[in-house]
Amino acid sequence: MSSIGTTDRTKEAFQELVRQELPGLYSLARRLVRDGAEDLVQEALLQGYRAFGSLKEQAAGGRWLRSILVNVFRDQLRKRARSVDEVAAGDLGDFSLYRTLIDEDPLPYSDSLHTDFMEAFGREDLREVLMRLPEIYRAPLVLRYMDGFATKEIARLMGTPLGTTLARLHRGRHLFERTMWAYAEETKLLRMGDDDG
Amino acid sequence: MGKTTAAIPCSDAVRQLWDYLDHAIAPEDQEKVEHHLSFCRRCCGELEFAKEIRQFLASGSSEEIPTDVKERLERFVEEL
Repeated sequence: MSSIGTTDRTKEAFQELVRQELPGLYSLARRLVRDGAEDLVQEALLQGYRAFGSLKEQAAGGRWLRSILVNVFRDQLRKRARSVDEVAAGDLGDFSLYRTLIDEDPLPYSDSLHTDFMEAFGREDLREVLMRLPEIYRAPLVLRYMDGFATKEIARLMGTPLGTTLARLHRGRHLFERTMWAYAEETKLLRMGDDDG
Repeated sequence: MGKTTAAIPCSDAVRQLWDYLDHAIAPEDQEKVEHHLSFCRRCCGELEFAKEIRQFLASGSSEEIPTDVKERLERFVEEL
């Protein structure tokens, strides 16, 4: 569209970039939001198209589009929640999933308890555990450990000071472990083999 | 005489394990965790488990895009 000021050639280049990056973009959006991943990607593509002229290196296009998507997510988050409920570090206690597994011994016949526990979780279980975390903790965890963003970059993209980002990552990891355990108990994930006996 | 590294309790070591793996703590703290791991078997177990959780997270990073969603989004870009 001429009003946007992008020539046909750059439009073709943008379409090519989108074709390559669409699976990764959608996948990231699905990790950030429970519902509305497609809308999130669509808004990111619109903003990306408008700013495509500012992209200096084509090879960095994927990272650039993902950064735009995170910015869109951050803006949506700010609109939705005027204030964020931080979990106080003290509220997390000293829960350790590693120790809990040893103490509770949910797989008494296992020779490799911790590995077997992890292997009981499928892709959808992982997504469900992530979705149960408050967004302010889920996003840094996803960006750092699933998408490989550096902590400083996450701070910049999410518009939070580095110290806050580090604290949220720390709390996010704790919450993730606690939620994994709660989810496994609630869904009886570890008792699937019980009926065999 | 070689310098000695201050000992830290398990709770401190465990709290810093992910940051230790990320090299996101100060070099002296990195050293303290390392020193603790050199003699604490339980915390070595915590470390190995932290690595498994990180691998598990990383393994969930790629997901297929449903064909209908892909087609809708490609059409959206074509119509821009």
